[in-house]
Order: sequence, then structure tokens, then C-alpha cells
Amino acid sequence: MEAAFPPSGESALLARSPLARLPDRLLKYGLSVLAALILALIVFFFIRLVGEARPAFAKTGVFGFAFDNNWTPSAGHFGALPLVVGTLITATLALVIGVPVAVAAALYATELCPRRLRSPLTILVELLAAVPSVVYGLWGIVFLAPKLQGSEQWVADRLSFVPFIGGGLVTIPNYFIAGLVLAIMILPIVSAISREVMSTVPLDQKEASLGLGATRWEMIRMAVIPYCRSGIVGGAMLGLGRAIGETIAVTILIGDAPKLGEQLFGQGYSLAAVIANEFGEAQGVHRSALFAAGLVLFVLTLLVNGVARGLVVRSARKTGQSSGAGSTGATALVAGAAGGA
Amino acid sequence: MSAQAPTGELVARFGVSPARRRKDRIARGTILVATIVALIPLVLIVYYLLKKGLGAWSSDFFTTDPTGNTFFKSSSIGGVKSAILGTIEMVALASAIAVPIGVAVAVWLVEYGKSSWFAHTVRFFVDVLTGVPSIVFGLFIYIVLIVGTGSSFAGYKGSLALSLLMLPVVIRSAEVILLLVPAGLRESALALGAPRWKVIFTIVLPTALPGMVTGVLLAVARAAGETAPLLFTAASTKNSSYDLGGFMNSLPVQIYSDVNSPTTSVVNRAWGAALTLVVLILLLNLIARLISRRSRLA
Repeated sequence: MEAAFPPSGESALLARSPLARLPDRLLKYGLSVLAALILALIVFFFIRLVGEARPAFAKTGVFGFAFDNNWTPSAGHFGALPLVVGTLITATLALVIGVPVAVAAALYATELCPRRLRSPLTILVELLAAVPSVVYGLWGIVFLAPKLQGSEQWVADRLSFVPFIGGGLVTIPNYFIAGLVLAIMILPIVSAISREVMSTVPLDQKEASLGLGATRWEMIRMAVIPYCRSGIVGGAMLGLGRAIGETIAVTILIGDAPKLGEQLFGQGYSLAAVIANEFGEAQGVHRSALFAAGLVLFVLTLLVNGVARGLVVRSARKTGQSSGAGSTGATALVAGAAGGA
Repeated sequence: MSAQAPTGELVARFGVSPARRRKDRIARGTILVATIVALIPLVLIVYYLLKKGLGAWSSDFFTTDPTGNTFFKSSSIGGVKSAILGTIEMVALASAIAVPIGVAVAVWLVEYGKSSWFAHTVRFFVDVLTGVPSIVFGLFIYIVLIVGTGSSFAGYKGSLALSLLMLPVVIRSAEVILLLVPAGLRESALALGAPRWKVIFTIVLPTALPGMVTGVLLAVARAAGETAPLLFTAASTKNSSYDLGGFMNSLPVQIYSDVNSPTTSVVNRAWGAALTLVVLILLLNLIARLISRRSRLA
């Protein structure tokens, strides 16, 4: 596609004058500068965030901040461990509940359901992505939490001998509700990516296993799942990234108790929720600590998303679409990102 | 491979045993149940949104600001006019910023950057942006435009936070669509002597337009539902505002501030606002789907 004529000899006749080439140059360099500016902007933001978080780190050090179990703004104590643990508890719950359901829905849509049902089913699951976070929060706190309180209490009473789950009184905002709603929120993205990856399983592999006498389930277990395992794991990791960064729904549903997760059905706090809740009235070191919490959140999601992207792209590349360098992954990522976070 | 007639013995040896058949049935049943479980929350949310939301809708709901006194139950608490206005204004400005920049970067990636190391770096950073939690974008804008300038919240700052959020979605979706434009179209235009910029503006972009509109609308829909980045960049005032330089209300922020109210009518207003927001987003999604169906690419 490059016009690779050296401007000499006959081709000099065809070559454009420098003036006529000016708009082309302008466009090319203008766009390059724009792309470079975006990189610069991200780096700039990151540096400023670190700068603003520094006063909080200066007191206790980065590790002191992240692993100190005491978040008491009124006393000037800023240890983010309860927040980090709260974030991890809700995100883990979301994965444990959401991923099996999402993968099953994807399996049903790609392998089992009648052809005519396929696209309505896909659209319905994707509709979940169109619901904004704050609406999930509203629905969770007004409808879901009161409805489930009884059964949560029942479970807590029956399992009173289990350390983290049993015993205690079920409060209305709690870890479990936050995790459950997060599971619903990550369902569309995990399902979309799983579906995308499953649709790349070569037909002849599936047909071969059926031809050898496998039942549908054996075909799924032996031909489909091994083939797209890394893609599914990548999708789950992207869901994890979403769950870690999710703010408003969790803020509404988790309560505001900065204590190390003692009880599944008790109140907690998460990194994102603490920022949304306390930023308004925070001053001085407190505000800086919230920036630091944002930084920890940022780095956490970067790590998770980096691994996830690697897995999705690798899975896409394995299917031989090396030219697109994971174009399947890219479209799935776009589809996932487009869902209302 | 010989064409043997299946005898009873063969069926017994190669047929599906009852145990395997049972396992198959159980597994398929479980998958079906899980799929239904996945759809239950959707049904419940839609049902509740319609039931509670439609109950809150009235002509006053769309024409008054949420300035009423919420303490006395008798007084009217007001509607969400300022929130709807604010959402539309801020999202429009955010799109006006994010869409041209996003499409330009995508054009650069496809037409010039291709697979150079620089283009890969840009792609990597854009993907990084995709995963950044929305509240962190709010912090970015807060640090640069509010701490940095010593000024207060403003609608346009909220728009900038939203546009940061939209940018990666616009870039990646536009890139995917631009890659689908047949190389033959570009090459024939180049062969006819058209300069590069002309090819881009008169061949590539018009061909990709319908597909790109889809990605853009999905990005807009995403931005419209965001609360977190607006909390400390634009929010909040209760009055209608046409001034993007001042405080601005928005639907998500209004819902967020109404959620925990002890007053039932205020919570009902949150439901009404939620239904409004979801309808708005679904409309954008629907238009996106219709346009993408008309696109000749993809």
C-alpha cells in the first residue's frame, strides 16, 4: 500500500510536488502526535496520582499503607488492608458465583440451544451490561437485600460453626449482597468472551468427537473446554478486573465498616467504595490516603487486566488468526468494555 | 471401515451406556438451569424498574427540579429535569471530545501505525485505559483540573472524565471497523493517483462510518450510566443548568443521592430516574444495533 516509487527517472513524472504532498505529511505527523499525546497523558496522570498519594505513603511507606489493618480517618490512621481485603472478598465472591453461570450460559448458547434461540439469548444476556452500576445498587439495596436477608440469616445460623460464614447477625448492606450483585454485573462480559472463544473451536474437532460416539456433554468436556480454557480464564480475569474496579453498586451495597472481613453477611468496605464515600469531606492526609487507595486500585486492575488480556489474546492466537494478533480478543474486549460499567 | 451390519453385540459394545447417558442428561440439565439462573436477575430488574419507575413518572417528574423539601412528606419533592439536562449536556460534550480524537487515533493506528512498535505501544496503553476503574478517571480529572487549577467542580470537567472513559472504547471499536475496510478500495484509489489523505477522507472513513457509529453509540451509552467519575468532578447541584462551567446534576448522581433516603417518595424518584436512564441507554443500544445491521462491513 505504500507508494514505494523512488522519485527518480520515469517515476519522477509520477511523483507529486512537495507542496502537493504537504497535506499528507500534515495528516501523518498530526495523527502521530495525537497518538503520542494520549500516551503522554496517561503517563502524566499516573505521575500526578503518585504525587498526590505521596503524603499518605510518606507516613507509613507503601507496604505499611497497603498492609496496615487500621483505617480510622478521624484518628489519622490510614492502613488500607481492610479495604484491599474487602475488595478481594467481593471480587472473589463475584467470580465464584458469576463465572460458572456465565460459562454455562455461553455453553448453552453456542453448543446446546436450538439455533433460533441463539441470538435472542445472547441479546438478553448482553442487556445486563446495559444496566448502569447505580441502578444495580438501587435494585440490590431496595429489592434484593431485604428479600435475601431471611435466607442469609438461615444459612448463617445453620453454619454457625464455619468461621467466616456462620454466626452473627445479618446486616442489610453486606459483603455477600455486594458480591452477588457484582456477579450479575460481570456475567455479560465473562459470557461474551467465553462465547467468542467457544465459537472459534473448529467444527471438525467437535464433529470428530461426536463421530467417535461421544455424547454432547463428553464433546463439550473433551473438545470444547480444553480448547478454550485459557480464553475462558482470560474472560474471567477481565470480569475480575471489572469487579475490583466497580464502584457505585459496591458503595451502596457493602456498607462502610473498615474492618477486616470478619463475617460474610456483615458490613465491609472496599477500595473504590471508600473513595466514593469519603472523598467529599476528606482533607489533607486523608485525601492523600484516598488518592493512594485509588493508586492501589489502579495498579491492582492493571495487573489483573494485563494477565487477562494476555490469556485472551493467546487463546485467540492459538486458533491460527495470527494476522489479527488476537482480533477475536480485541472485539470481545470492545464488546465487554462497551457494557455500562 | 467395512460396511458391517450392526449386530446386537456391536451396539452393546459401542452404544451409549445408561451411565454415560445419565451423566450427559444431568450435565445438559445443569447448563440449562444455569442459563435460566443467568436470566433471572434481568427479569427481576426489568420488572422492578417498570413497576416502580412507571409509578414515579408523571409530567411533573420531567419538568421540575429535585429541589423540593424531602423532610415534609406532604410537599412535592420535585422531579429530575436538571438531572436529565445535565446528563445530556455532559455526555454530548464528552462525545464531542472523545469521538473525533478516538477516530483520529484509530485512523492513525490502521493507516499509518500498523504494526510498528509505536502503534503497539499505543494499542497497549489504550487497552490499559479500558481496564481503568471509572472512579480513577474521576481522580485523574480531580487532580489535574481541580487541585491543579484550584477551582471548583464544573460540568465540563465531568465531561472530560467521561470522555477519558469513552476514548478507549471508541478507539478500539473504530480500529476493528477500519481494519474491515477492504484493502482493494484503498489500493484502487491510490492507483488512480489520489493522495493518502484524500483516500482516508473520501474512501476509508465513509465506508467505515456506519460501523463506527455503532461503537460510538455504545461508548456514549456507557458514559451516560457512569456515576463515579462525576461525583467529584461535576456534582452536584439540584437546579437546572445550561452552563457547563458550573456545577451540574446528572441522572446517575441523582439516583445515587436518592438511594439511601429514608423517605419513600425520594426512593421512588430514584426508581423513576433509573427507568429514565435505562430507557435512554437502551435507545442508544437499539440505534447502535440497527445501524450496525445496515453496515456493509462486518
